[in-house]
Amino acid sequence: MTFDHAGLDEWASAGEIARAVGAGRVSAAAVTQAALATIARRNPALNAFTDVVAERARARAAAVDAARAKGPLAGVPFAVKNLFDVAGLPTRAGSLINRERPPATADATLITRLEAAGAVLVGALNMGEYAYDFTGENSHDGASRNPHDLSRMTGGSSGGSGGAVAGGLVPIALGSDTNGSIRVPASFCGLFGLKPTYGRLSRAGTFPFVASLDHLGPLARTVEDLALAYDAMQGADAADPACQDRPARKVAGVLADGIGGLRIAVASGYFERGAAPDALAAVRAVSAALGTDRRTEVPEAARARAAAYVITASEGAALHLDRLRARPRDFDPAVRDRLIAGALIPAPLLVRAHKFRRWYAARVQELFGRIDVLLAPATPMSAPLLGQQSFSLDGQDVPLRPNIGIFTQPISFAGLPVVAVPVPSPGRLPIAVQVIAAPWREDIAFRVAAFLEQAGIAAAPRPTFKD
Amino acid sequence: MPDLMTDDEIDALVIAGTRLLGIAVAPEWRATVRTNLFVSLSLGALVAGFDLPDEAEPAPVFVA
Repeated sequence: MTFDHAGLDEWASAGEIARAVGAGRVSAAAVTQAALATIARRNPALNAFTDVVAERARARAAAVDAARAKGPLAGVPFAVKNLFDVAGLPTRAGSLINRERPPATADATLITRLEAAGAVLVGALNMGEYAYDFTGENSHDGASRNPHDLSRMTGGSSGGSGGAVAGGLVPIALGSDTNGSIRVPASFCGLFGLKPTYGRLSRAGTFPFVASLDHLGPLARTVEDLALAYDAMQGADAADPACQDRPARKVAGVLADGIGGLRIAVASGYFERGAAPDALAAVRAVSAALGTDRRTEVPEAARARAAAYVITASEGAALHLDRLRARPRDFDPAVRDRLIAGALIPAPLLVRAHKFRRWYAARVQELFGRIDVLLAPATPMSAPLLGQQSFSLDGQDVPLRPNIGIFTQPISFAGLPVVAVPVPSPGRLPIAVQVIAAPWREDIAFRVAAFLEQAGIAAAPRPTFKD
Repeated sequence: MPDLMTDDEIDALVIAGTRLLGIAVAPEWRATVRTNLFVSLSLGALVAGFDLPDEAEPAPVFVA
């Protein structure tokens, strides 16, 4: 049966596809072919994909169709930010320099795990150079474009990941999040995004940015899809020194558990300043649906953001020092100039930032002794225009780029798990709220996200295309 | 610290530091590098201004 005759279209969820393939109502080959056709039709406008691996995808789909056991993601097309190793492709990481490298000889761990669950990799996705970006713009490959308004940013640095899922090209994409690079595109593109606990998912086979802060995770249009992807990817991996050897805590089975007994609070103070009205309205809508008016302050959040900034600039510069010496003109200028400045940060400031991180993480742990869930805006604003340099806040123009990540950075700095939930509003661009839980309690964030989706508060809005 | 540094002083730091590190900075990049370094040093000062005990351990943990 063809893809559309099975009652599916490009907005079909991963769960719906996997159930249809598992029941024999559609073949993985037909699903793959439909995804490749949608990519060919829409990618010229969205600029989400930098590589399409059609031949590999068709072979993988054929293997899924031939297998007796189909897997929880049977026939589900997915794509990855182009800092993931894909066998046969150079891992460009959004850069001009790295695309000259020889092709990767093996897939990243998370690709292997998704394919072991039956998923089908269809390509690699655009991103900000070396992941040092919140916009989704790229001077080498062009900007990723937001499916809800092609003149606007997807957010970054996992910009192609946001555009590909929100545009209906794939139901699941993987991204990386060092300071917010999954949660920002989830907000601007209106998607669910998971930044798991630091050390939960293996980063093996991906090009790094800031080893102390790098996370990987999925973006999807439903909570179930986010859970299916996350469950398939959990597990220790000796190839990533930061990946912890902890038992997997599967979440697909807890989505219907509701929010009973959970102590939920809105982050006050720092997380209310510098946000546009729609960001604050989204948090109010979520807290009202969850029946909470509790508020709590995250101690020293501004300093946490500052420390994350210093560690990012300094470690990022150390990573790229040889390239800055040899080929400075081959960088995206905005990335290069930040990295050069990062190379000049005195070492004592870096060490103090790392010491402060431990102090801060301990205070955050104490906070999660009193609450189970913290709510905060994902971004201070909805998707800005491409090329935009400032935004209006309380009638004043403030610089855009330094402010996009102000609400995500203090959270990832403590390594906390977050599900970003999109809160659509009729006639307006989507924007997301961070549902934050204690370390290793992704299951709690998923329960809350699923409750909000069930209540109709959180949803990925479908963009209108003139194909 | 950084609020006591003038643009000229930060430029001097950029020139000396990049020379030490072997990074060639074109004149037209200098203003942006200076701006970025000012932001980094300002935020670094905010972090360094927080009082921590001598015994405070940094966050990264090496496991042998």
